[in-house]
Amino acid sequence: MPKTIQEINEKIKAGKVVVVNAEEIIDLVESEGSQKAAEKVDVVTTGTFGPMCSSGMYINTGHPKPRIKFGGGRCSLNDVPAYTGFAAVDIYLGCTAAPDDDPRNKPHPGRFPYGGGHVIEEFVDGKDIRLVAEAYGTDCYPSKKLETLININDVNEAVLFNPRNAYQNYNCAVNLSDKTIYTYMGVLKPKLGNATYCSAGQLSPLLNDPFYRTIGLGTRIFLGGGIGYVVWQGTQHNPTVKRKPNGVPEGPAGTLAVLGDLKQMRGDYLRGASFYGYGATLIVGIGVPIPILDETMVRFTAIRDEDIYTQVVDYSIAYPERLPDTLGEVSYRELRRGRITVQGKDVPTSSLSSYPVALQIADQLKEWIQKGEFLLSESVATLPGAESGVAFRPMKEKPIEDVTDEMTRRKGVLP
Amino acid sequence: MISQRIVIKYPPRLIEEPVLCRLTREYGLDFSILRAEVAPDTGGLMVLEISGAPEHCKEAIEKLESQGVSTQRLSRDVVWEEAKCTHCGLCVTLCPSGALAPDEHSHRMSFDADSCVACEYCTYICPVQAMRVQF
Repeated sequence: MPKTIQEINEKIKAGKVVVVNAEEIIDLVESEGSQKAAEKVDVVTTGTFGPMCSSGMYINTGHPKPRIKFGGGRCSLNDVPAYTGFAAVDIYLGCTAAPDDDPRNKPHPGRFPYGGGHVIEEFVDGKDIRLVAEAYGTDCYPSKKLETLININDVNEAVLFNPRNAYQNYNCAVNLSDKTIYTYMGVLKPKLGNATYCSAGQLSPLLNDPFYRTIGLGTRIFLGGGIGYVVWQGTQHNPTVKRKPNGVPEGPAGTLAVLGDLKQMRGDYLRGASFYGYGATLIVGIGVPIPILDETMVRFTAIRDEDIYTQVVDYSIAYPERLPDTLGEVSYRELRRGRITVQGKDVPTSSLSSYPVALQIADQLKEWIQKGEFLLSESVATLPGAESGVAFRPMKEKPIEDVTDEMTRRKGVLP
Repeated sequence: MISQRIVIKYPPRLIEEPVLCRLTREYGLDFSILRAEVAPDTGGLMVLEISGAPEHCKEAIEKLESQGVSTQRLSRDVVWEEAKCTHCGLCVTLCPSGALAPDEHSHRMSFDADSCVACEYCTYICPVQAMRVQF
């Protein structure tokens, strides 16, 4: 018999809710069947903990005396540049930002020891951060320079706002060339020397709700150790990719834009990270509760690593040149066992995202729900689904033919 | 017969001396060079695996020390800071000796210091800097 989110919330408040994680539901459905499991279980918790480069935080630092307007000026946090193009004291720091004096990939491969992700981790952990700002000064905001330590406990708002997280499936990366390459999928050894992948597979949020039946705008989630929300589909959300009969996309598909109060979060679940030869980023912990509204949902959540496939993609040529070629598909069971076969060659695999921490997140969320500390939310709108026609578009480059005309046009709009 | 991995460091004045040959000739030891960096200005650093009778290994190390060559057991060189590790497993296919490996069931990582050849590659590729070198 179908349940509603309201009914599940009543059970949470009464301490009678039955919650299992996305690993436990597999055995339960196998032993008791999907109908019984759907009656018994109210919520399945998922989790993922991987590098998610489209992440960052915005903060309102509070106004110094005399006042300053960062907007139109520049600022940095621990020497990492932050975006100031808002009002007076709102700034946004992206996790891949690098200090101006970081040598980056010169010499190659660079180490990127400290970037935006590391600042976020330290800020969340309560460490003082050095804010340096330069402004042009106005009558109402006269100050032109500011150097101060700021702390998460003193700023007005600190919000994690990630435009694209929690990819529903992702490529398995290999290197067909004869030299080592340094990518966001890690170091790839030449001639199929290794393969890397990045998904929690059977624990991953969007793989447990492949058609976004329950995850939508307004879904309350575990985010970085605190509570956050799904606020939009993530950028590059691509729900129309080819799917297997079980609904699981065969490659990268849906994504989530998420937001939450950074002041509740923990550095354990927001880790600054450095990818050799690639850059700095943030490893983000996300857990999404899936309400078991009916038998269909329990079947979706009982997905196993062996039922989830992804494409093997060459990152030496096919990926950078945006060629559609794939070298075949492999299951997450094979990937997690440590070996796959590509072009007849036995290739060892390693993961970028942490399965043990993903499980820890799913269990933490389970505990919150069991203790009545976390209620499920109804989504206020659905994410664009497989039928929406929404697809990931490549850039169409257009030549700028007459630079003089363009400049004249721009000047024309000025007063 | 024992086998052990050691790091030896010697000053520039010993660069032209047949330091390692003596280990074989005088103490009957077998050795493999796992890693070597030798430069005229800074001297030499080598990671060796030596095997032979326990007393001969001990005497050979004492002899090296008496010549001004510093020696250290390898296991102290690369350190796994478990508290920092996220157990992602990215290092697994890049560790040449298999010293970093995940548990088959829990997927949690472990570090076998005895298998480590101190190539230090893990210290470059670990995204959260959970591996570090300690000489």
